[in-house]
Amino acid sequence: MAVSPGAAQPGIHPAEEAVVDVHSPVAEHVVELATARKDILRIATAGSVDDGKSTLIGRLLYDSKAVFEDQYEAVARASKGDFVDLALLTDGLRAEREQGITIDVAYRYFSTPRRTFILADTPGHVQYTRNMVTGASTADLAIVLVDARKGLLEQSRRHAFLASLLRVPHLVVAVNKMDLVGWSEETFERISDEFSAFAAKLQVPDLTVVPISALHGDNVVTHSPNTPWYEGPTLLHHLEHVHVAGDRNLTDPRFPVQYVIRPQSDEFHDYRGYAGTVGSGVLRVGDEVQVLPSGLTTTISGIDGPRGPVDEAFAPMSVTMRLADDLDVSRGDLICRPGNAPQVTQDLDALVCWMADEPLRPRQRLAVKHTTRSVRAVVKELSYRLDVNTLHRDLEAGELGLNDIGRVRLRTTQPLFVDDYLRNRVTGRFILVDEATNATVGAGMLTPAG
Amino acid sequence: MTSPDYRLTQLETLEAESVHVIREVAAELERPVLLFSGGKDSIVMLELARKAFAPARIPFPVMHVDTGLNFPEVLEFRDKRVAELGVQLVVASVPDAIAAGTVKEEPNGSRNRIQTPVLLDAVEEHGFTALFGGARRDEDKARAKERVFSFRDEFGQWDPKNQRPELWDLYNGRIHLGESIRVFPLSNWTELDIWQYIARERIAIPPLYLAQEREVVERQGMLYAVNEFIRPRDGEQVVRETVRYRTVGDANLTAAVRSHATTVEEVIAEIAVTRMTERGATRGDDKVSDAAMEDRKKEGYF
Repeated sequence: MAVSPGAAQPGIHPAEEAVVDVHSPVAEHVVELATARKDILRIATAGSVDDGKSTLIGRLLYDSKAVFEDQYEAVARASKGDFVDLALLTDGLRAEREQGITIDVAYRYFSTPRRTFILADTPGHVQYTRNMVTGASTADLAIVLVDARKGLLEQSRRHAFLASLLRVPHLVVAVNKMDLVGWSEETFERISDEFSAFAAKLQVPDLTVVPISALHGDNVVTHSPNTPWYEGPTLLHHLEHVHVAGDRNLTDPRFPVQYVIRPQSDEFHDYRGYAGTVGSGVLRVGDEVQVLPSGLTTTISGIDGPRGPVDEAFAPMSVTMRLADDLDVSRGDLICRPGNAPQVTQDLDALVCWMADEPLRPRQRLAVKHTTRSVRAVVKELSYRLDVNTLHRDLEAGELGLNDIGRVRLRTTQPLFVDDYLRNRVTGRFILVDEATNATVGAGMLTPAG
Repeated sequence: MTSPDYRLTQLETLEAESVHVIREVAAELERPVLLFSGGKDSIVMLELARKAFAPARIPFPVMHVDTGLNFPEVLEFRDKRVAELGVQLVVASVPDAIAAGTVKEEPNGSRNRIQTPVLLDAVEEHGFTALFGGARRDEDKARAKERVFSFRDEFGQWDPKNQRPELWDLYNGRIHLGESIRVFPLSNWTELDIWQYIARERIAIPPLYLAQEREVVERQGMLYAVNEFIRPRDGEQVVRETVRYRTVGDANLTAAVRSHATTVEEVIAEIAVTRMTERGATRGDDKVSDAAMEDRKKEGYF
C-alpha cells in the first residue's frame, strides 16, 4: 500500500517524545527486539532512479521502522503527488536532489529482531562504476534491481558482474515493478531464467530472485496476495536468514601487524604486543606461528582482546598478539602458520578497477597499500581491458580509463604477502594511490598468474 | 565474547572496526588528535582509543573546542576523564578567539558556526594532521555520504563530489603539507549502538544524560533547563520537570526531553520506543534548512 500523507501529523512535539512507560509490556517487547544479540549483514545495492532503487530502500527503512517521525514528515512535506515518496528518504546531498541522481555511496542503517543491516546505496550508471565497486567491497550480499517491464538490461548484467568481481558471496535479484506487468508469473520466470544463465557464467555462489513492488511493498516485508505463484521468501526474510557464517575464510590464519604496542611503563615494563585485525583464520594461544618477511617462527604466548586476554582470535577481531620470543616485528609484517603461509612476491597479477580521470598506462609508477603494508610499484603490463557489459576482453587496450576494469601486472619495490582474492578477500586485495596527488586511483583483486 | 560459531555480535563487530580505524591513523598519520567534547559519542570514541592501545597510553592528545557555553557537568566530566587516562588536553577556546577579535559573536547567540575557524586555527597552531570526530552516519543525510577517512584541504573544507574512494578497510591517509584527514571511527554506529555499548561496557557518562528534576521553560515546543545561559523570558513560565538530555551541545541551545530514565538501561528503553532522531528533537540549529549540515561541513565543520 502507498502511504497516504494524511498519516503524518503536522508539526512535531519533541518535548513529549521520550515520555514512555519503559516497563509496559509493549515497551519491554520493543526493547527486547532492539537490544537482542544480533549480527551484522552488509548489503550493497546498485541501480538508477528509474529502477526504483531509492523507493525500495525507503520501503525497507520505513517498513522496518528505521525511519523516525521527523524524517518521515520532512519527506511527506517534500513529496509531490498523492502518496509519500519514500525514495526521498535516501536522497542525501543537495546536488543530488537538484539533479535527481545519486552521485556517491550513501550508508543506511536498519535492523530487525534478527539482524542489523548496513546498506551501501550506490548509483547505477556506468560512470559510477567506481562507487559501485566501493559499495560492494565490504558487502556480504548485493541486491541487483531489474525493472520487470524492461527485463535484463546491460546495466543489470554489469551490476551482477561487479558483485561477482568483488566476490560478494550472495546475490539477490529484485524484479521490481511487478505491478506494472500485471503480476505476470511468466514475465518473472523469463527474467529469472535469463539471469540464472548469466549468473552461472559469473560463478555466483548463491542467487535468489524475488518478484516485488517497492512502491506498494509487495514481497518486500510481507508476502503479496498478488503473487500466489511465488513460493520463495520475501526480500526482508531472505536478508534476515541468508546464511553468511560459511562465507569467511576460517582456514588460513593471516594477521597483518598494524601497530606495535610498547607501554614502557613501570607496570608493563616488558610488554610488547602486536596489534592488528585478524584477516582470516583462527589464531590460538600456544599456536606455533611464522612471521613474514623474516620467516622466523615462535609461539603465541597471549592474545589481548578489547576486554582482556582471550584464548583465540578470529576474523574480524581487533586484538593484540604477544609472542614467546623477542623477534623484530613491525607494522606491515604478517603473522601466519608455518605450514600455511601466503605467497611472498613482488609480482602482482590482478584485476584492477581504475578510478581516476588520468588513465592507467604501462610503466606508470604508483603506491600500493596491501593489508598494513605500503610499497611502490610500476605497471609492467596491461594484459587486457574488460568490457563490463559484455565481459569481452580487449587485448589491444593500451590504457585503463576512469571506471575501466582490466588485468594488470605490477612489480613492487618490496615483497607483499598475498593470496588469491578468490580464496582470501583480505590478503587478495589492494588499493592504488597516485603519489603526486595522493588520490586513491584504483582497486585491485589478485588473480592467479598466467 | 568468543562464540563457538566464530561470529561476532553487532557491537563486537563495530568495536573491532573502530579500533582498527583508530590504530590505522596512529600508525600512518603524524599528529592525530581526538576531538573530545564530553558528549556520549566522543566518550565512546575515547574509550575505543583506550582499548586500541591498552595497556599503553593513548598515543595522541585530545582536543576540546570550548564554546564557553558548556554545561558545567560536562566540563567536570571532561577533566576527570582526561586525568584518568593520562592524556594531554588541548583546549581551543571560542571566548578567547572572540576576545582576540579573530571571530565575531553571531547575532542569534549561536557559536556553532564560529567554532569552525577556532578549530581550524588550533589545528594549524598544533600542526594536527588527523582529527578524530565522533560523528555517525545515521545522524544526518550529509554524514551518510562521508567517508571514514574524510580528506580536507588546507582550509579544512570537505568536497562531497570529490571524495576518495574507500574500499574494504584499506584507508588512504596520505596528505600534503597543510592538508588533514577527519576520521570518523563511529561512522557505522547508530544511536542505539552507542547506548548499548555504554551499558555493556559500563562506561561513565555525565549525569545530564539521565533524567532528573530540573527547572525548565518551554520555548518553541522545546524544553530548556534554566541555567546560567538560559534565563526565562517575559511570559515564559518556569516549571519543574523530570528531564534528560539526548545530546549535550551548548547549554544555551540544547533542549531537554521529558523522561523518567534514571539508568542507562532505561534510556535505551526510551530510545527503542521513540521515533524521533536526536538532532531533530533537540538541536535548534539544524532546523534552519534541509541542507544546513552539508553547508557547514563544506566550511570545515565536523
